[in-house]
Amino acid sequence: MATKFININLKIWRQKNANAKGSLESYKLDKVSTDSSFLEMLDQLNEQLINEQKESIAFDHDCREGICGMCSLYINGRAHGPDTGTTTCQLHMRKFNDGDTIYVEPWRSRAFPIIKDLVVDRSAFDRIQQAGGFVSVNTSGRTMDANAIPIPKADADKAFEAAACIGCGACVATCKNGSALLFVGAKVSQYALLPQGKVEAQERVVNMVRQMDEEGFGNCTNTGACEIECPKGISLENIARMNREFLFAAAKSE
Amino acid sequence: MSILDSKIPAGHISEKWTDHKNHLKLVAPNNRPKIDVIVVGTGLAGASAAASLGEMGYNVKAFCFQDSPRRAHSIAAQGGINAAKNYQNDGDSVYRLFYDTIKGGDYRAREANVHRLAEVSGNIIDQCVAQGVPFAREYGGLLDNRSFGGTQVQRTFYAAGQTGQQLLLGAYSSLSRQIGLGRVKMYHRHEMLDLVTVDGKARGIIARNLVTGELERHAAHAVIIASGGYGNVYFLSTNAMGSNVSAAWKAHKKGALFANPCFVQIHPTCIPVHGTNQAKLTLMSESLRNSGRIWVPMKKEDAEAIREGRLKPTQIAEEDRDYFLERRYPAFGNLVPRDVASRAAKERCDAGFGIEANDTNEGVYLDFSTEIKSKGKQAAYALGDHNPTEEKTIELGKKWIEEKYGNLFQMYQKITDDNPYETPMKIYPAVHYTMGGVWVDYNLQSTIKGCFVAGEANFSDHGANRLGASALMQGLADGYFVLPYTVSDYLADEIRTGKISTDTPEFEAAENDVKNSIEKFLSNKGTKSVDFFHKRLGLIMWNKVGMGRNEQGLKEAIEEIGSLRDDFYQNVFVPGDSNEMNPELEKAMRVADLIELGQLMAIDALNRDESCGGHFREEFQDSEGETLRNDEKFKHVAAWEYKGMDIKNSVMHKEELNYEFIKIAERNYK
Ligand SMILES: Cc1cc2nc3c(=O)[nH]c(=O)nc-3n(C[C@H](O)[C@H](O)[C@H](O)COP(=O)(O)OP(=O)(O)OC[C@H]3O[C@@H](n4cnc5c(N)ncnc54)[C@H](O)[C@@H]3O)c2cc1C
Ligand code: SF4
Ligand code: FES
Repeated sequence: MATKFININLKIWRQKNANAKGSLESYKLDKVSTDSSFLEMLDQLNEQLINEQKESIAFDHDCREGICGMCSLYINGRAHGPDTGTTTCQLHMRKFNDGDTIYVEPWRSRAFPIIKDLVVDRSAFDRIQQAGGFVSVNTSGRTMDANAIPIPKADADKAFEAAACIGCGACVATCKNGSALLFVGAKVSQYALLPQGKVEAQERVVNMVRQMDEEGFGNCTNTGACEIECPKGISLENIARMNREFLFAAAKSE
Repeated sequence: MSILDSKIPAGHISEKWTDHKNHLKLVAPNNRPKIDVIVVGTGLAGASAAASLGEMGYNVKAFCFQDSPRRAHSIAAQGGINAAKNYQNDGDSVYRLFYDTIKGGDYRAREANVHRLAEVSGNIIDQCVAQGVPFAREYGGLLDNRSFGGTQVQRTFYAAGQTGQQLLLGAYSSLSRQIGLGRVKMYHRHEMLDLVTVDGKARGIIARNLVTGELERHAAHAVIIASGGYGNVYFLSTNAMGSNVSAAWKAHKKGALFANPCFVQIHPTCIPVHGTNQAKLTLMSESLRNSGRIWVPMKKEDAEAIREGRLKPTQIAEEDRDYFLERRYPAFGNLVPRDVASRAAKERCDAGFGIEANDTNEGVYLDFSTEIKSKGKQAAYALGDHNPTEEKTIELGKKWIEEKYGNLFQMYQKITDDNPYETPMKIYPAVHYTMGGVWVDYNLQSTIKGCFVAGEANFSDHGANRLGASALMQGLADGYFVLPYTVSDYLADEIRTGKISTDTPEFEAAENDVKNSIEKFLSNKGTKSVDFFHKRLGLIMWNKVGMGRNEQGLKEAIEEIGSLRDDFYQNVFVPGDSNEMNPELEKAMRVADLIELGQLMAIDALNRDESCGGHFREEFQDSEGETLRNDEKFKHVAAWEYKGMDIKNSVMHKEELNYEFIKIAERNYK
């Protein structure tokens, strides 16, 4: 692991607030360690801006371990940057070369309005979840023993893979239609695959899809871009499973 | 007499909680919607509390500073959650989980609280499975378990290396359901900046809307603080970037005592520091110690050759490796508790055997090659191949590892650019968890009436050292199974109070205080960034209030932090305005509180003339470098009272710890 230092140029989207007009601003940043993460590079730039008594760049982040789903960023035209299977916080500067010009923009999607600079509002995802992304079980301490219902390992594993979605929104940002189907499909699938989720399966899918439409997400035209950019490898299979669930629910209600 | 009343119920340890619950007051269902409860934090503790109280019918307001409750720091927990289910039939029981936790905490936790935790642990797993949490399962369809440090049974439930994520998404789904039903109102991107007390009772908070910058007043009949731990006082830690102490600290400043601030957990297996621009450290889950063996070279010259790149770890012969945990602690081996493992790694590195090529040479190996071979062989046998080639064995072994720890291995590779399937991981201890926190009684109520504190933010269950996979258990125990009862008991006396107004002098004063401190930062004519000061604080803390502490260092730290604080207020530069999203302002407000806390931690550490758990005072060790506890003088909780800006004036109150059901003993893992 040989550490190198590179000098880079950055073109970063700056926008004062939701209503202001934004633009791409240019910055030069020297001596960036190739072991730094992309966000550590932005920290370094912010430090430089503050030393020049300028306003730092706002971007979302928290865990920096690829799990909270808070970080975002369109980097050189790709959601979460050039690496696959990675969030922006887990992208490292060794993926870039000395002298590179790097474009950094926020998620762009009708359902994710910009708040400031690189920060967007993804609360539409929370509202979809509130519409049906749960099993209606109250806290009681009197549910049945956890081992009362054996679940085939294959189903449990698949449910887990779907549940691994971090709610980052890369799938929406990368989709030319701004569809949220991969996100919703993953949640619907997790529950559809488990006996605990089956009871409410029909209402769930109908309610979540209704909320998704209300939030202004686009339609799915099967381009598959979402699966490629999803940092957690959520598979298109989940969209297919959700469509089946939805058709089944629709057929039943007629 | 001490002002601290722990309110531990009478009776036998195994009856206390049941008995207590039977005598707690209740609020009738028709009265609950008239009562407001604020929950600050939506991690495991906060989300589970808010969801449960919402289900009961209270009017709940929940707050988090992230853009969604699902992103609380609990999401990052990797390894697992303990529960005394004894599904593996290896002799586990409520008593054993209780005993292991008290012993793991080096006899500095309260017996009654810990026993309750062990009692409800099984319910947590039941509740989570009912919510659709996809725990790992065996081929027969039943739940799988693994081992964590400090135990000799397999009681840890997990979901790959993403257990915290799955548990939090479970609690978040219950919370979302209540939000959808209108019983919980969620305030995301909001930060609590003060606690409002009226006539000695917690009556609300001042919060800042982080999008518009607006200050808001929120009133309630009770306030629950579940704002997580304060590991970020060290700047570099495994905590999320936003984790901070402010909510707890504001309660402290309003009268809540702060207990055992110096009890910090340094986790042995983290990726070593790589450079000065590093913002955080990454944990490699303790579960890896089930399969990995920790070693450094036996010979100094080999360690040096490795650091200089002349030798690779795979070239060091088996007999030239020092598996120092297996050597020193044969009974627990690589699965000794965290504090013990961390100190042993530091000891080897201080002695010159560290293998990392950074400024401090601090790093040891975590090696999976033995496990890859043995699991590969087992897998081959299971496939009917009783004489597998070496190649086949290794291939199958790697597959087994990938299934168990795939995401951790991937994360390691992304960060370090090394392939841990081929070469051992490099690891070193890092700050991870804080056992100290707001002092609470058995009901999780602080010394301010109506202000309850849950999860990592309180001090309650882990003594001087937390066992792995027990924080998730505690967070959910507090939120699902303790607070709904104890908060109701408190609220039973509030049914006649009526709506609480925010239009009072107390709210006015609290809001003005917040406004003034914001204005002070924004108008300061400084030149240095908030991070500049935060990093300096972190260095003082790590060097002098870190893994090894001594009287002289602690005295220096107290002075240095004092001057750092003056420097910070004089020279910090915070750009931007108050009426907009302003991340630098958010950080400045948090670092101001972390500096005060840091000083209190050093004072507490200096005061505690003994070594116990994560608190290692170099003056108090035996000839083999093991901790020397002093039960005669320090078998107590040190709870500090705030006495104004100068932290040196803080006053300590003691809660004596009584061990009635466990015989207090030397903590031995040999
Ligand atoms: C990398 C890592 C791995 C871990 N792995 C394990 C494990 O395997 N097993 C285990 O048992 N434990 C583990 N732990 C420890 C465990 O994750 C934490 O102790 C636990 O999740 C804390 O939960 P909490 O609910 O108390 O707080 P958190 O999850 O930290 O939540 C804090 C909440 O408070 C909010 N908040 C804070 N301040 C304010 C404020 N001023 N205003 C408004 N909101 C505020 C935040 O927005 C957040 O919602 C791990 C910890 C780390 C760092
Ligand atoms: S499906 Fe993938 S890209 Fe979409 S929100 Fe989930 S993790 Fe992000
Ligand atoms: S910061 Fe949490 S996923 Fe990137």
